[in-house]
Amino acid sequence: MTYVPHTSAEVAEMLKRIGVGRIEDLFEVVPAEHRFPAVDLPQPLSEMEVMAELRALSERNVDLNHLTCFLGAGAYRHFVPSVVQHIISRSEFYTAYTPYQPEVSQGTLQAIFEYQSMICDLTGLDVSNASHYDGGTALAEAIIMAMSVFRGRRNRIVISRAVHPEYRETMRTYTQGFGIEYVGDDDPALSLEDLAALVDDNTACLVVQNPDFFGRIHRLAPLAEATHAHKALLVVVCDPIALGMLKAPGAEGADIALGEGQPLGNPLNFGGPYLGFFACREEHVRRMAGRLVGETVDVRGQRGYVLTLSTREQHIRREKATSNICTNQGLNALAAAVYLAALGKCGLQKVAQLCYHKAHYAAQEIAALEGFTVEEETPFFKEFVVHCPRPVAEINERLLREHRILGGFDLGRFYPERAGQMLLCVTEMNTAAEIRRLAQALREVTR
Amino acid sequence: MMAIQVDPRCLYTKTHEWVRVEGEFAYTGITDYAQQQLSDIVYVELPEVGDRFEKGEVFCTVESVKAASDCYLAAGGEITEVNEALVEHPELVNQDPYGEGWLVRFRLDNPADLGDLMAPNDYAAYAAEQEEAHT
Repeated sequence: MTYVPHTSAEVAEMLKRIGVGRIEDLFEVVPAEHRFPAVDLPQPLSEMEVMAELRALSERNVDLNHLTCFLGAGAYRHFVPSVVQHIISRSEFYTAYTPYQPEVSQGTLQAIFEYQSMICDLTGLDVSNASHYDGGTALAEAIIMAMSVFRGRRNRIVISRAVHPEYRETMRTYTQGFGIEYVGDDDPALSLEDLAALVDDNTACLVVQNPDFFGRIHRLAPLAEATHAHKALLVVVCDPIALGMLKAPGAEGADIALGEGQPLGNPLNFGGPYLGFFACREEHVRRMAGRLVGETVDVRGQRGYVLTLSTREQHIRREKATSNICTNQGLNALAAAVYLAALGKCGLQKVAQLCYHKAHYAAQEIAALEGFTVEEETPFFKEFVVHCPRPVAEINERLLREHRILGGFDLGRFYPERAGQMLLCVTEMNTAAEIRRLAQALREVTR
Repeated sequence: MMAIQVDPRCLYTKTHEWVRVEGEFAYTGITDYAQQQLSDIVYVELPEVGDRFEKGEVFCTVESVKAASDCYLAAGGEITEVNEALVEHPELVNQDPYGEGWLVRFRLDNPADLGDLMAPNDYAAYAAEQEEAHT
């Protein structure tokens, strides 16, 4: 099979038909100086030479195979069992496109259905879609859903400052023109109780993150109660790994739960592609954006899977649709499903417990260092805030150069009131020896 | 296409809603012509009791296998009852648009709002004309 679609003879025939002498003549409307600009490129190389050059370039980067990592803040390094990559690399999954034709897509559809079922289990909610682009876009869709539930009759959204700052940026970008009044995330002094008190009869939803951006774990039930007293929705952004240990948000009264699904079987991938998971109560299913796979029976009564409510957004509701997002991160969602299936319930609990205990060990080691204090008033999961005696950027620079350690997130970047504070992340991947090495390195670089 | 039914007790809008006045209240729904055009109705998004709408505002969306269509309230008022049966059985709108398939009951703010509605015979002629235009 040739990968060149047209022969010279065919090209000549087409040019003749449209009355053009040469292909270049088709571009005459482009000003001459822009038509074929001189590009200063090196001489062509052989494949072997190109490989050598690219390898040399890539070796000038550092990556997490060669560093000790204590950075999280929304993207997490967890162990990915090798079965995940093997399954998602099967060509039936790897190359398949939208499963519009259920009779030839049962494998893909069943895999998505399994993914949805596991997300429902994790979040304690009734329905999950087949995923969004990432945690930030999933939050934006939750806001749009909440607005849609009240059909534009409520325009206030109360949101915690401890929701991932980039998610809040995405949310504001997505919802420009909706006339939404966002309150709550501009004042560092507000507690969750204060936020709940901001919910009124004009509020569509209250948005909190748990564990929050600073790693802290909160009780959601009182927030659900305060929110529901005004018939508003409680939206919870959550870490799926933490759900191996924490009570499901749905069981605590959340109406929508969403988050970044990357920690489930997806490597860091230099920042993407990731997936956003999204689940809600059944009464809102018709307002849920994206794709949804359902289980049904065929004419012979055999179990089968189909895209359900599938054509609504695109073909039926059109401009009345809650959202016109109808794609999903199929391969990433599949990785999440394989990961969860491989670990099982006990495995996920174990990962969560390891993260929790190792993070607490690290916090204890660092709290013992002179000049460092750890915020420990609120229970935390795998991340915690450290107050540092030197600027965070300076500490991180020295950790990287002198100790090959990727330090924590510099909170001053998004939170001016938290300049000098570092958000450290510890997962099951960090050994006790690495944690002691971090404490030792922090002592040295701030001496 | 089946013949278009009209209910002699109702008044009609150009957007194919019917209104049946009972004292200070009125029932409203979509016409037989509207349900035929939409074909199988699969979901009705109803307002809540207590919601208030101005004349001409969207109070409900009816969704069929072909399209989602907004319904406009023929007169300003407050919703006093919604047809809960439609939640489980949206097909009632197809089966009995002027009866079991009613959408909401509302309190009329001002009966004069209904002044521009069509009488049954006029609506029947109007719907026939519309159908003519579509075929």
